[in-house]
Amino acid sequence: MTSAITASGLTKRFGPTVALGGLDLSVSTGEVHGFLGPNGAGKSTTIRILLGLLRADGGEASLLGGDPWQDAAALHARLAYVPGDVTLWPNLSGGEAIDLLGRLRGSLDPKRRDELIERFELDPRKKGRAYSKGNRQKVALVSAFASDVELLLLDEPTSGLDPLMESVFQSVVAEERDRGRTVLLSSHILAEVEALCHRVTIIRDGRTVETGTLDELRHLTRTSITAELDGAAGDLRGLPPVHDLKVDGDTVSFAVDNADLNEALACLTQLRVRSLVSRPPTLEEIFLRHYREDAGREGAGRDGGAGLDDSAVRNENSHRPDSPAIR
Amino acid sequence: MNSLTGTRDLLRLYVRRDRVKLPAGILLMALVMASNVSGFKRLYSTAQERADFARGIDSNNAQLFLYGAVHRGDTLGGLVAWRSAAIGGVVMGLISLFLVIRHTRGEEESGRAELVLSGRVGQRAQLTAALVLALVSNLGAAAYILALLLFYRLPAGGSVALSLGLAAVGMVFAGVGAVAAQLTESARTARGIAATVLGAAFLLRALGDTSASTPWLSWLSPVGWVERLLAFAGDRWWVFAAFLAATAVLAGAGYLLSARRDFGAGIWPARLGPAAAPPSLRSPFGLAWRLQRPALLGWSVGFAVVGATVGGAGKGISAELNGSDSLKKLFRNLGGHGDLTDAYLATAMSILGLLAAAYAVQAALRPSAEEAAGRVEPLLATQATRLGWLGGHLAFAVLGPAVVLAVGGLATGVVYGAATHSLGHQVPRLLAGALVQLPAVWILAAIAVALFGLAPRAVQAGWGALVVFVLLGQIGSAFGWDQALLDVSPFTHIPRVPGVDPSATPLLALVAIAVLLTAAGASGLRRRAIGA
Repeated sequence: MTSAITASGLTKRFGPTVALGGLDLSVSTGEVHGFLGPNGAGKSTTIRILLGLLRADGGEASLLGGDPWQDAAALHARLAYVPGDVTLWPNLSGGEAIDLLGRLRGSLDPKRRDELIERFELDPRKKGRAYSKGNRQKVALVSAFASDVELLLLDEPTSGLDPLMESVFQSVVAEERDRGRTVLLSSHILAEVEALCHRVTIIRDGRTVETGTLDELRHLTRTSITAELDGAAGDLRGLPPVHDLKVDGDTVSFAVDNADLNEALACLTQLRVRSLVSRPPTLEEIFLRHYREDAGREGAGRDGGAGLDDSAVRNENSHRPDSPAIR
Repeated sequence: MNSLTGTRDLLRLYVRRDRVKLPAGILLMALVMASNVSGFKRLYSTAQERADFARGIDSNNAQLFLYGAVHRGDTLGGLVAWRSAAIGGVVMGLISLFLVIRHTRGEEESGRAELVLSGRVGQRAQLTAALVLALVSNLGAAAYILALLLFYRLPAGGSVALSLGLAAVGMVFAGVGAVAAQLTESARTARGIAATVLGAAFLLRALGDTSASTPWLSWLSPVGWVERLLAFAGDRWWVFAAFLAATAVLAGAGYLLSARRDFGAGIWPARLGPAAAPPSLRSPFGLAWRLQRPALLGWSVGFAVVGATVGGAGKGISAELNGSDSLKKLFRNLGGHGDLTDAYLATAMSILGLLAAAYAVQAALRPSAEEAAGRVEPLLATQATRLGWLGGHLAFAVLGPAVVLAVGGLATGVVYGAATHSLGHQVPRLLAGALVQLPAVWILAAIAVALFGLAPRAVQAGWGALVVFVLLGQIGSAFGWDQALLDVSPFTHIPRVPGVDPSATPLLALVAIAVLLTAAGASGLRRRAIGA
């Protein structure tokens, strides 16, 4: 399988702010790749570098086999981009903006365009200034999906869509995937990424912290266990190091690193298990775990760090207004 | 909680947002006044000199057209009032109408007002806060100007009348802005409407002041009222009743219209556009054409009107005046050469040049506005190249001024030629007089492009350059500033056509400089980050 996007060691500074501090990203042709990270982690900066709008200070980036900065216009004929915050020309109608962007890309399938307008329930006659955020987003999405391109760069494309439109979006992306197109999907909506993406890259503070298939990421992480014990939870000293340990009468729940899973189960069986629920980690948990470590590290002086208590989770959530926990 | 709740908080917000813009505008206004007063004081020190100068003005249509008639021209105050009434009124009017529209329609269009107005804010608070800020700014400007006039020991009564008159004309146009802001959803359109009203008011006054048969036209124009105050020449205080009434009616209309529309909507309903793009909308140039077309049309209409008015006023210059040696001498003191009529027409063409330069800067800065609005990134994520995108807009910054100048020159030539039965003679001369301004106009466009490519945060300095050149040309030459300083302005190097045969050298040099600046800007744009 060839590579649609490869970036290694990308760095970018804006004055004193380090936006990217050595970011790696690899997207294979034909895959839908999730691109995750908290606000300000550098997702949009990476995409802008890939579009040749910004020039990286260091590192290598290659897009569809070309140099994103040198070969910008030629590469752009083969990709479509949807920004997270779409602004339209106030005096152009939505339909005009769709056509204009499609024609400038060099390809627009009029049948597909009309079909998408219908599916997204968009009124293309309204002027740009009259659209709500979600409708502006639809204009950009319709234009991108109606273009015949190899690669779609979607930067939080659904942040203004309602759940109905979110599901239309998901089915359209699935169609694009089935047609063999490559999609880089930056998103905060983890259910969307879980539903659509084969592989994901998680970044934090401008660096890649995790990349792989969802299965691989799950193996690397923790399993949540809730066990009801026969009698009060007695001596838990036999447990390996676990996370989020909660004891409520005879019920004990925790998350355990998969490497320690066996040992933890052994300890529980000694205490006689009445019932046991085990759940693989959701993407949300994988994601939060990286956040939590982040918060734990930042708060190391304050609460001793390793993030074993819930306060670290709350602390982290407070940084993220669009936390999946609220969703 | 009433309809004005929150006005004070909004006012604080507006002051915070305008803390540089407004003082800068007011200071500029005060500086222009100061240079006026000191210039007159130095050039015409005796009553006799002043009276001679004033007689020269009264017989010169260009001066009447631009500034109006002189009253008590033998006094320093009379000359200062003459020089600053109309132009000062326009400046104060522009500052005020932009201010009101910026804080009302501009905020609504950007979506920021929605957040603010969702707070504990009454229905009339936004417009009230904007009008109060306009009042404070105008009174602040009046205070500066008054202090200045008193510093030069001008009579207190006339000083108060003139400074308050300029503030009052500002408030009338704050009211015009308040009405225009209610009409459409677009702040750009609202500014266009209000500025057109201001332009019409200036033209009405200019027509009234140059016409012997219809002097009452000036009374229809708030800009004309400043002159009719007769500051330093009798101080007709009752004229302030007209200002007050006009301001009250306009502000009242603004409130009424505002109560009759939804938030974000205009009184004129938004029309639906086409569901698909026309075939022409397929390139960066096609997009630039769509975005720049309304401005090109608006400026063309404006230039046609101004040109026709200039041409119509030109007829009034009588042969008798042309024959008078003493008047000719006086006229030369005002910067004229040779034939009086030609000098008038050449002055008018140089004013058209300055207006065209304003249009050129506006057109050249459009890409910067597009970038700031975040509309460029999706565009440049297509096959459109940076230079192609810039080029589309540049075509308007370069050719747009040529179009409007041609329209202005033609209109002047046709009207003046028809009045003097010399169409075939006048049209080419005036067309040349208008088009010869182009190299200087292009310099302004090129400065804007250079800033956009090399120092995108400083693009507004393009307007600053225009202001400096206008000051050098309008004030510097009248008051005999150092020639080396005047030479900084490209307009200094434009030959006064008709009347003088243009030589190609300075024009070619200006074009070469413009090309270099543009190339520097374009190369900067290719290298720099977009939208960062």
